Amino acid sequence: MIYDVVIIGAGPAGLAAGLYASRARLNTLIIEKEGEGGQIASTDEVANYPGSIQDASGPSLVARMVEQVDEFGAKRVIDEIKSVELDGKIKVLKGANEEYQAKTVIIATGAVPRPIGCPGEKDLTGRGVSYCATCDAAFFEDLEVYVVGGGDTAVEEGMYLTKFARKVTVVHRRDQLRAAKSIQEKAFKNEKMAFMWDSVVTELKGDGLLESIVVKNVKTGEEKEIFADEEDGTFGVFVFIGLDPATGLFTGLVDMENGYIKTDENMRTNIPGVFAAGDNRVKSLRQVVTATADGAIAADQAEKYISETFEA
Amino acid sequence: MLELNKDNFEAEVLKAEGYVLVDFWGPTCEPCKALMPHVEGYSEKYGDKIKFASLDVTQARRLAISQKVLGLPVIAMYKDGERIDGVVADGATASTVEEMIKKYY
Repeated sequence: MIYDVVIIGAGPAGLAAGLYASRARLNTLIIEKEGEGGQIASTDEVANYPGSIQDASGPSLVARMVEQVDEFGAKRVIDEIKSVELDGKIKVLKGANEEYQAKTVIIATGAVPRPIGCPGEKDLTGRGVSYCATCDAAFFEDLEVYVVGGGDTAVEEGMYLTKFARKVTVVHRRDQLRAAKSIQEKAFKNEKMAFMWDSVVTELKGDGLLESIVVKNVKTGEEKEIFADEEDGTFGVFVFIGLDPATGLFTGLVDMENGYIKTDENMRTNIPGVFAAGDNRVKSLRQVVTATADGAIAADQAEKYISETFEA
Repeated sequence: MLELNKDNFEAEVLKAEGYVLVDFWGPTCEPCKALMPHVEGYSEKYGDKIKFASLDVTQARRLAISQKVLGLPVIAMYKDGERIDGVVADGATASTVEEMIKKYY
């Protein structure tokens, strides 16, 4: 069977695209690797998506988006796409479980947290090093936590962590935060929050569990090792230093810039019938609100492309 | 899947003979919840040779930390009470879990 639209990824961009496409009576399939929601599913509070005021958690927002998509009849499957053929009039996507054919493809694969890239990080992931506060905060009840980064996510997740941790220290490579002023104000008022400026993490150490971190002052070049409290034995490091686009599958096929897919304002990539939406494309603001807007535009453009290409 | 807790973990995992897979999860961990149905599926497929079990870490934080689990999700493989393998955090996907299971099945 040949779908009108196959959407890769079921975060806000993919779900919005699925909603618009199925509402336009296109035969629509959304393929998701793990579970719906993408990054937002791991976000405790979504306070800046218009209308998400009460019960504004990431999971509840995603659940409502999924319900809406299902209502309009988009089909959803769990599969991991391993390779794609996008050049032909009919696009072919090979998944771990199945092969899919489509007239149009919307790439809504999003982005994943960027690692620090320092020694010890990989081995200690899940052993004190984390990229997901809602997943792991409860482990650090009454322990110390370090948050790496200085943007909105780092500071907001840091504040969330103060509900559990004894103390949360933000380690940031500049001398001021990049987070929105309203978020900064809250953070500076929070008694459990501390800040370590001009600093980067250069190594994470521990035998089985995280025991110490090495921090370097970027201005003086001085390095110091911070050890976990002896009684605690361990502590947490949460990393929020940005994102890497999940576009590896499309390298060399779709035009990109620093790994982000290049589109025009109508979400069209360089390949006819292939669109990109959400955090994986070149844009200035990566938020739920811009992801859903991208998804809507991509679905609308997919519909136009189908009628021009297949029904003329 | 067998539900583990503070009281039965030792008997069912640490003192158990053979292979035991433990799905460490928590109710606020969305990736864990997304992974869970896959692990349940594998328990039906591979459950004849490997014991499948899950532990809600929010009810057993110290126990989880004693098992060097300080982040979720963790799908760990135990053999004769020793943790011999595992997939963690972003590295824990439906396919990496199945690959790990197949190594010991």
